[in-house]
Amino acid sequence: MITFLQTYGTQLLLKTWQHLYISAIALALGIIVAVPLGVLLTRTKSISGFVMAIASMLQTIPAMALLALMIPFFGIGAVPAIIALFIYSLLPILRNTYLGLEDVNPALIDAAKGMGMTAWQSIIKVELPMAAPVIMAGIRLSATYVIAWAALASYIGAGGLGDFIFNGLNLYRTDLILGGSIPVIILALIVDWLLGKLEAAVTPRTTQA
Amino acid sequence: MFLTMEHLNKTYPGGKVAVEDFNLEIEKGEFICFIGTSGSGKTTTMRMINRMLSQTSGTIKLEGEDIGKLDPVKLRRKIGYVIQNIGLMPHMTIRDNITLVPKLLKWPQDKMNERAKEMIKLVELPEDYLDRYPSELSGGQQQRIGVVRALAANQDLVLMDEPFGALDPITREALQDLVKDLQERLGKTFVFVTHDMDEALKLSTRIVVMDGGKIMQVDTPDGILRHPANEFVENLIGKDRLIQARPSITTVGQVMLKNPISTTPGKSLTDALRLMHEKRVDSLLVTDEANILKGMIGIEDVDYNFNSATSVDDIMNRDIFYVQSNSLIRDTVERILKRGFKNIPVVDDQHRLVGIVTRATLVDIVYDALWGDEEEDEETNNIHHEADATAVSGKSQTGAEGGDQQ
Repeated sequence: MITFLQTYGTQLLLKTWQHLYISAIALALGIIVAVPLGVLLTRTKSISGFVMAIASMLQTIPAMALLALMIPFFGIGAVPAIIALFIYSLLPILRNTYLGLEDVNPALIDAAKGMGMTAWQSIIKVELPMAAPVIMAGIRLSATYVIAWAALASYIGAGGLGDFIFNGLNLYRTDLILGGSIPVIILALIVDWLLGKLEAAVTPRTTQA
Repeated sequence: MFLTMEHLNKTYPGGKVAVEDFNLEIEKGEFICFIGTSGSGKTTTMRMINRMLSQTSGTIKLEGEDIGKLDPVKLRRKIGYVIQNIGLMPHMTIRDNITLVPKLLKWPQDKMNERAKEMIKLVELPEDYLDRYPSELSGGQQQRIGVVRALAANQDLVLMDEPFGALDPITREALQDLVKDLQERLGKTFVFVTHDMDEALKLSTRIVVMDGGKIMQVDTPDGILRHPANEFVENLIGKDRLIQARPSITTVGQVMLKNPISTTPGKSLTDALRLMHEKRVDSLLVTDEANILKGMIGIEDVDYNFNSATSVDDIMNRDIFYVQSNSLIRDTVERILKRGFKNIPVVDDQHRLVGIVTRATLVDIVYDALWGDEEEDEETNNIHHEADATAVSGKSQTGAEGGDQQ
């Protein structure tokens, strides 16, 4: 363990950083696209089924295949990896945003509109806060997926902790496989814990205590 | 005219007609109840006033301005809105809920704070509730906040859609009193949707009865009770209420016996007893020469005091219960029944004896209220009310002579 760290310590830090960086950008893009899209879908219910079906379909493409599919379009490296992971992050966030908003008590939306909130004010002040726990659950799920699958990104030359794992597999080196896998697990746990904190922060209070 | 609704029609996609040629003019300060069964179009009509729904045709004018030409968001901020499910924002404190519309109107913070305090005082809740969340209040308290939230931005018109439907009867009554009081005190105009006739009768200045998207009748609660326009309105009011309503328009003068047996204070007990014997009654009313009611003597008084007293004046009961001839039966009948008086003298406004109400008269009132209807001809229903009243006193007179007053 100590010798492993002595030998690969700096490399481990670098790869962890790369891993985190790829995942974070993919997830951030996923949130930026999926949350507004989810809101939009609740306003245009006629196409929501169709959009949701496409998102589900994208989710069924095997991760390895999707990464490989990126190469003809975006070459190799971090960019295609981020795009592939972004596609994966979409569905859970999109679905939870949609369901969370759909689940907001219609009486509240009626009251908000009836009292003179614009559609935008209703979304920002009422609907999104009320749906926040469900949306955050989707984001946490996506975050875990993205961090786990980012390990595969090494396959198309994006770097990250996957490098250790793939090297380990090629060289039959258990220490390298573990040295890559364990940090991925820890990373996923830490990120999930942090997002849990964020969830608590964005979930609006409904009692004094 | 404060609010004018002209030829409103609403047809939903698919051809379902929700509202048909709805016309109504509402004065400032009125309390209008829309009442009808589900699907009568009452909620649909109400929701067109703040453009939550748009009419297929027709116009609505608020203070002379066609609301179709106003910005719906601005319009709604001018109109209070209370819904059945309360609709308080669970993630906002009571303060923020109350000042929701003022905040949308960008009032300064201190003015909003002041308004929140003012409003919570209005519904008699402690000020420290302002920092609580809706879930920490009872249902009744929440709807109180719902009501003042609709008033916080000085809205002159308040729309309410079955606001108290989900509350228990006691809480509901308290809130009805509150709303009625607010209307009378603050001069706000209310449009109130309900399916509860008791609520409508209690609160309204005018009731709009709707069925199948059409107005059946628009009238005051009294007018609706006295002259239901058709069978639908009658059924909606219910037989019980019509029965109760009947005595409500009859005065004591209309049902009393007009020739009470009376004597004067100066008469001797012998004379009094002779009169009782002759008229076959057990008590006499005592009046002076000007026919002013002085008291009453009963046969028991005569019997006990026959040897010790000489004149009626000595033994008569001066402290007696009497009623005014122009007072309404509605207000007196229950009092009479509960106290268990046998005979109640009726006086005019100068305290002159004009008649008497006996237990037999009361029997006639109750009898007539319960079964009088069956003998009536449908078409002459309304005219009959007056004719009836005379008939009642006529019957009573004959009934009492052979009956109760003896």
